[in-house]
Amino acid sequence: MTKPLSDKVLSLKPSGIRKFFDIVHEMKDAISLGVGEPDFDTPWHIRDEGIYALEKGKTFYTSNAGLKELREEISKKVEETRNIKYDAASEILVTVGGSEAIDVGLRAIINEGDEVIIPEPSYVSYTPCALLADAKPVIIPLKAENEFRLTPNELKAAITDKTKALILPYPNNPTGAIMEKKDLEAIRDIIVEHDLYVLSDEIYSALTYKEKHFSIVSLPDMKERTILIDGFSKAYAMTGWRLGYACAPKEIIRQMTKIHQFAIMCAPTTSQYAAVDAIKKGDNDIKQMRNAYNQRRRFLIDSFKKMGLECFEPYGAFYVFPSIKEFNMTSEEFATKFLEEEHVAAIPGNAFGDSGEGYLRISYAYSMENLKEAMIRLDRFIKKLRQKQ
Amino acid sequence: MREELLSVIERNSRIPLDELAVILGVSKEAVIDELAKLEKEGVICGYHTLIDWEKTSSEKVNALIEVRVTPQRGQGFDKIAERIYNYPEVRAVYLISGGYDLLVTLEEKSLKEISMFVTDKLSTLDSVLSTATHFILKKYKDHGTILGKKHVDEREIFTP
Repeated sequence: MTKPLSDKVLSLKPSGIRKFFDIVHEMKDAISLGVGEPDFDTPWHIRDEGIYALEKGKTFYTSNAGLKELREEISKKVEETRNIKYDAASEILVTVGGSEAIDVGLRAIINEGDEVIIPEPSYVSYTPCALLADAKPVIIPLKAENEFRLTPNELKAAITDKTKALILPYPNNPTGAIMEKKDLEAIRDIIVEHDLYVLSDEIYSALTYKEKHFSIVSLPDMKERTILIDGFSKAYAMTGWRLGYACAPKEIIRQMTKIHQFAIMCAPTTSQYAAVDAIKKGDNDIKQMRNAYNQRRRFLIDSFKKMGLECFEPYGAFYVFPSIKEFNMTSEEFATKFLEEEHVAAIPGNAFGDSGEGYLRISYAYSMENLKEAMIRLDRFIKKLRQKQ
Repeated sequence: MREELLSVIERNSRIPLDELAVILGVSKEAVIDELAKLEKEGVICGYHTLIDWEKTSSEKVNALIEVRVTPQRGQGFDKIAERIYNYPEVRAVYLISGGYDLLVTLEEKSLKEISMFVTDKLSTLDSVLSTATHFILKKYKDHGTILGKKHVDEREIFTP
């Protein structure tokens, strides 16, 4: 073939830190701190329900929007956690992970040239999805001094006549930052005044360690303009099941369902049956996993403090985001050297946007033994670096 | 903190106090105080070690014995349970609902010793009506821990 492939796709950048990843993959004995998924197995009762669904021959497509029973359970769960009622029949779409909901949600609301505001550092797929939807991504580089929360002034400065939507990625990957009720109230008026859509990616909503997660949809006049995204991957340790959902006003869900129907048909049937059981009986699993994450989080924050490594205390997801600026190296240089000398793999912060430069993302979805060993090595590594300075 | 402290040490009673304080987000003194209280109140009854004896050279045979008894006036099942649990070879005694009354678990060096315990000591007790002995052939899981299976991390090294 000589005809060129899609310009739009060709112009998408693969990960900016591919070189680093190549080295990691060659190093087989490295302790990894780089995984963005839970270390727990999916709780057995959920897996059992999946097996049971297969045994019963539940192997067909479900309706495009997802199993009715599952949507009803999602509706109840969202009402319980956000105090907002979504109609199971018309305002909920079950998707292939939260990631599909991001893609489909953006495509449903964007016209060519619309601007989408994306706070960074954040999950790697917002910008590519926005570009594929023909939007213009407008990046807000978040600041460590604000604990990587989005402030009203930052938001105001990014808005133009063309701004269509804001992506709100909290609790945040990779920083672990959260937005509390007061933070959301502070940006709500600006959002309403400029009539923006909000794509609120709350995939880590079950994993907060301060107050319970607060969603922007719970504020006045927000439901009508918000696409709320959540799912099963992080809350119930179900990443491989590929199951998420979007809740939004009827008209938006109707358009999203069209795209979903033509591209995907429906989310995996086995996973949907298992997910019903997850919502109905999984609260205690979430609690146990959250406690374990919280213990590890406290351990890491305490270790950094003892090492004198600068890090704000994050209250969400399962990441910490320490600063390595004192060492006068780029994140990638630091991570590469750390990997080569101590065989520990942590992700350079700039993998999540330029404003992540100077930081490392360390995941605590690992056993305490693993984390302890990693902290011993980190301590040794930075002591060596400081001696040389 | 109490419930979380208990659930941590239930799985790992050897965790250092410093570490316990850090992961629970409280001071070391608070942990020491709480542990002392829990011990005094009898909430914490001991700090045992879970051992897979199969992997050692020591020979041990475990049995579960269902025991049907006549409860005694004024004492219910407590008196007969006491007579049974005072034997050091008895590992556990539970009062059970259903087809029988007491479940006794026993650890001995051989089948013979277990059968001797049942015939000589247990069956001869006045209030014991009948017994049914089950030998444990293999332990798959004990105290919430799956025995003999190492957890392997099968995740990709990196995911965003």
